[in-house]
Amino acid sequence: MLPRPGTAPPALLNRLLEDERSLAYLLLTPTIVLLALFIAYPFVLGTWLAVSSTTVGVAGHFVGFKNFAKAWDDSIFRTAAFNTFLYTGVTTVFKLALGIWLAVLLNRHFYGKRLIRAFVLLPFIIPTVLSTFAWKWMFDPTFSVINWALWKLDLITMRINWLGDPYLSLASVMIVNVWRGVPFYAISLLAGLQTISPELHEAAAIDGANAWQRFWRVTWPLLLPVTMVVVLFSVIQTFADFQLVYVLTGGGPANATHLFATYAYQIGVGTGLLSEGAAISLAMFPVLFLVVVLQLWYIRRVETR
Amino acid sequence: MDANRLNRRQFIKVSGATAAVAATGVEGMLAARRAPAYGQGTAVGILRWNDFVPASDELLKKTIVPEAEKAMGAKITLETVNANDIQPRITAAIQSKTGPDIIMTINNWSHLYEESVADVSDVAEELGKKQGGIYEQSRAVAQSGKKWLAVPWSVVGLQIAYRKSWFEEIGLSKFPETWEQYREAGKKLKAKGRPIGQTLGHTFGDAPVFSYPYLWSWGGKEVEKDGKKVVLNSKETIESVKFMVGFWKDAHDEGGLAWDDTNNNRAFLAGTICASLNGASIYIESLRKPDQYKTEKGAQMKTDILHASLPKGPAGQFAFHAPFSHMVMGYSKNQKAAKDLLRYLGSKEVFEKWFISQKGFAVGSTRDWEKHPVWKEDPVMLPFKDAARLGRAPGYAGPAGKKAAEVLTKYIITDMYAKAVQGMAAEDAVKWAHGELLKIYG
Repeated sequence: MLPRPGTAPPALLNRLLEDERSLAYLLLTPTIVLLALFIAYPFVLGTWLAVSSTTVGVAGHFVGFKNFAKAWDDSIFRTAAFNTFLYTGVTTVFKLALGIWLAVLLNRHFYGKRLIRAFVLLPFIIPTVLSTFAWKWMFDPTFSVINWALWKLDLITMRINWLGDPYLSLASVMIVNVWRGVPFYAISLLAGLQTISPELHEAAAIDGANAWQRFWRVTWPLLLPVTMVVVLFSVIQTFADFQLVYVLTGGGPANATHLFATYAYQIGVGTGLLSEGAAISLAMFPVLFLVVVLQLWYIRRVETR
Repeated sequence: MDANRLNRRQFIKVSGATAAVAATGVEGMLAARRAPAYGQGTAVGILRWNDFVPASDELLKKTIVPEAEKAMGAKITLETVNANDIQPRITAAIQSKTGPDIIMTINNWSHLYEESVADVSDVAEELGKKQGGIYEQSRAVAQSGKKWLAVPWSVVGLQIAYRKSWFEEIGLSKFPETWEQYREAGKKLKAKGRPIGQTLGHTFGDAPVFSYPYLWSWGGKEVEKDGKKVVLNSKETIESVKFMVGFWKDAHDEGGLAWDDTNNNRAFLAGTICASLNGASIYIESLRKPDQYKTEKGAQMKTDILHASLPKGPAGQFAFHAPFSHMVMGYSKNQKAAKDLLRYLGSKEVFEKWFISQKGFAVGSTRDWEKHPVWKEDPVMLPFKDAARLGRAPGYAGPAGKKAAEVLTKYIITDMYAKAVQGMAAEDAVKWAHGELLKIYG
């Protein structure tokens, strides 16, 4: 039965709502439950799996660091580890450089500015799986439209084996990642740029600073905290990337483009060796943890300057 | 029908049907054309691949499944997914103990899930007895000891589809019989921009069904008969890898390293490759759309396609045809209904409809289907007729069990060749694969 208007709430509830401390706990509870359910529980379960001998449908027992040792002894794991660092490093540099460049361009006043800004976001808005499928067709070994265009322009005489060559396939994956990631950098940095007062630029210009000096001495220092946050998010996402590689190459050819996440998936979910998959996946954790700690420390230092 | 609310009349009707099915099996169910034991509350889910012959999926969805629902009185849900996505679905289903009651497996995958599937020996044995016996390869991939882990369904025969006129143009009136001859032919054709198309990628069908028999034909094998001693690193295997490197460069479309099971179909039908190991789906597609697929001379492509077995190597000629089976999942609460559905689908009367729709792409897992009149319809399809009889299961010379399934699903044999054609020394590629096998069998 609904309480009638004017009816006083039960005394206990009233007390809880009145008390700031208990109200805080009450308001935090949904978040804590969600974090516990979807972050803490999977993490603990993943950690347990990594130190057990569980395979699909068979409960395992504790085996210590055996799965990690096995992973380290596995040349494909080492390739995946190398690829993950290379993939993250190279794409982050390109995304940052292109992102800043695009943000500076978009920060200018020109006709159709809003429309262009909306278009720039397209690669980021389209679901990764869909856009990667489109790229897969563009890199297709037989029907690649890129090869066709280059051939028509007399720039190549034979097909480029985008996804069949171990180095080119890794480069292809990186190209798609950069294409997809640049809008995130550009729009976030654009937001950062817009917080910088034009008066600072005007003052610098009056003092005789040229365009490069204005960027390097005024824009860049003020943009740095935003840039660090953007890089932090991007590095975490790129390091743990899965969809793009899974769709584009499946980790191939002959495991040449596996990242931690795709290799963990192949071993854990594909072949059903859950513990070994969990160990490969967990190998990402210390690196990501270090990245987060370092960047948060740096941001804090910049803010308290 | 809610079991708790049965009135006397309904009870007699249901129990009568149950007795009829129990007494006469599927034939009784088919003949009686009335609901057997299952009430409306019973639902059976089945997960299969997206068939390379779409007409067969259409037939299942629009005719066979509705008929099965009527015959069994149960709700049946058929879901189809890309074959490469089936294994992740199985893992997720087993771990969460929820999902389809029946899941299709390919090759010897079912051994990986031995502890998580229901014993279907009764259904498999019954099927074998009634239909002339189950092929050895289908048995090896679905039986562990005496327990059947899955009910064999079909075998997709693998043959090389090739362009008759292009081989004739280089002076060959019949398909090359040895790897050496095939390489020579491929070299000439590649020089004309018509290479051989073969995947060495991570894909469930075309990759292992090529790399395994290729290895066997050179005398290479994973393990000894005891299923324990790894013997991959042998002179024979190294020779096979060395030959493959030259063969690939001389005669193959080098994009094949990134192909899945569909790329060669598209490339062949687009006229960019001269030959490819495949199920009959290339030819069947050319029959389906005769005016869409044409040769460079304007003739219908279907008139220029023939099929041949993989060539011979120093140790003989071998094949690994792709066996398909259905597992009844251990977590299923409807195991009896699921088994009855497999009995129904595997019965001669029902399976025949599906078999005909395949036009020879898949043969049955039992010998009786070799005798079907469908094989008299088209001589181009004849090489597929007894393919299943001649196939060898992965894991040779050991059993096709769990360890062999792990080797297969990790694509180790395929990767051995792929690594070598990408530039790794043949000895190193074999050493790497041998090491991986030791980790599994050791």
